Amino acid sequence: MQTPLRTPLHERHAAVGARLVPFAGWEMPVQYEGVIPEHKAVRSDCGVFDVSHMGELHVEGPKAKELLQSLLSNDLDGLTDGDAQYTLLTNERGGIVDDLIVYRLDAGHFLIVCNASNREPVYAWLKEREIRGSEVRDASDEYALLAVQGPRAIERLGLPEAKPFTHAMGSVGGVEAMIARTGYTGEEGCELMCPAEDAVELWDAVVDAGAVPCGLGARDTLRLEVCYPLHGNDITPDTDAISAGLGWTCALAEDFTGVEELRRIKEAGPERKLVAFMMEEKAVPRNGMTIQGGGEVTSGTHSPMLDRGIGMGYVPAASAAPGTELTIDVRGKDRRATIVPKPIYKREE
Amino acid sequence: MAAEESYPGELKYHPEHDWARIEGDEATVGVTWFAQDALGELVHFEPPEAGATVAKDSTYGEVESVKAVSDVVAPLSGEILEVNQKVVDAPEMVNEDPYGEGWLLRIRLSDPAEVEALLEQNAYEQLLKDS
Repeated sequence: MQTPLRTPLHERHAAVGARLVPFAGWEMPVQYEGVIPEHKAVRSDCGVFDVSHMGELHVEGPKAKELLQSLLSNDLDGLTDGDAQYTLLTNERGGIVDDLIVYRLDAGHFLIVCNASNREPVYAWLKEREIRGSEVRDASDEYALLAVQGPRAIERLGLPEAKPFTHAMGSVGGVEAMIARTGYTGEEGCELMCPAEDAVELWDAVVDAGAVPCGLGARDTLRLEVCYPLHGNDITPDTDAISAGLGWTCALAEDFTGVEELRRIKEAGPERKLVAFMMEEKAVPRNGMTIQGGGEVTSGTHSPMLDRGIGMGYVPAASAAPGTELTIDVRGKDRRATIVPKPIYKREE
Repeated sequence: MAAEESYPGELKYHPEHDWARIEGDEATVGVTWFAQDALGELVHFEPPEAGATVAKDSTYGEVESVKAVSDVVAPLSGEILEVNQKVVDAPEMVNEDPYGEGWLLRIRLSDPAEVEALLEQNAYEQLLKDS
């Protein structure tokens, strides 16, 4: 087995007794204090996640935008310098190679942040398709990435208000970082990207500001409560954006890889849909469990905010409406669930 | 609040990280501090039916945390007298008080001699150290 990679913050995690687990070739903290208290800290105040395992790719050159627009599902025309966009890298079948965020630094320079487990395939995909006047470079090892999330995240870091899906350079605790108003928890907050050698100083500043260290365990429960898909579970190279409910990320008037297939699925209507559900009985759904009537759970967990089992899964499109009852095979026992609107959890105003 | 690590001397231990408190021909059983710590905060206990029987070294139920599910193994054989309904309703009891409020079953032993095969506190602690 290959030695797991470690982020620049590994010693910080180990020093406070984080439980470290292998994840996508990395040794990452799954929890510090516990998944549930970390989850609640993000929902009520502020948490910080080391997500330095994620991939960062630079795409530069006068033809950078042209290259990306031919490969990514969302419309890059709407972006100006300082904007960010959630988008999909698609294959010829309309399947999802990865979901990622593209940051426009300037007209000829884009930064892509992709999933850790897809860093190599995404880089290879882009590199093989480079056109004259565009250059793709994997800079993942040069950066650390911290996600600071929660209703008090911005206030605790002393940052100015800014619109979601924007970014700017700024300083946190004296460390220069790219501050992006993006995240994976459904809360306000930001993601901070800095040179790897500044990671410890930045982490310490964020923790000193009152952010609770959070692991990948809470990251998963937080994203699932708000129905953000996880690549490899809910979306894969064999699932398409329309069935996954991600049609809003697809500019079907543009000409990108797989667009014809996506137009066809949209026109005909998808055969299956990715739905969210809540358990009606005490049980925790998990990835891979069968849903009666031809469906499958793709993500499942126990919701710390709702204190019950929740999940997402594909079901036949004809029986995908909220309110529909499901029966899930939980290790040999039939357990009842109900399809609910997305997101599963929403803060009471 | 999670409990502090401890392995009370008055209990008997099974290598699959279960404990038993023997009271005549009855026993109360649960999972050890080590087991609950390894799993993390429990969110579900799938119990057997009261009145069913459990067999030493066999699975009788499941405990589940946010991240993972684990079988619970019976340290001894017998008939189930009572399932701890409080843990069914509030599984985090197992994290808070694994040897007290967080017990899982009360059983009537079908073969009290099986107790001889269980580990004493020091032997169980040695097993944890060696694993």
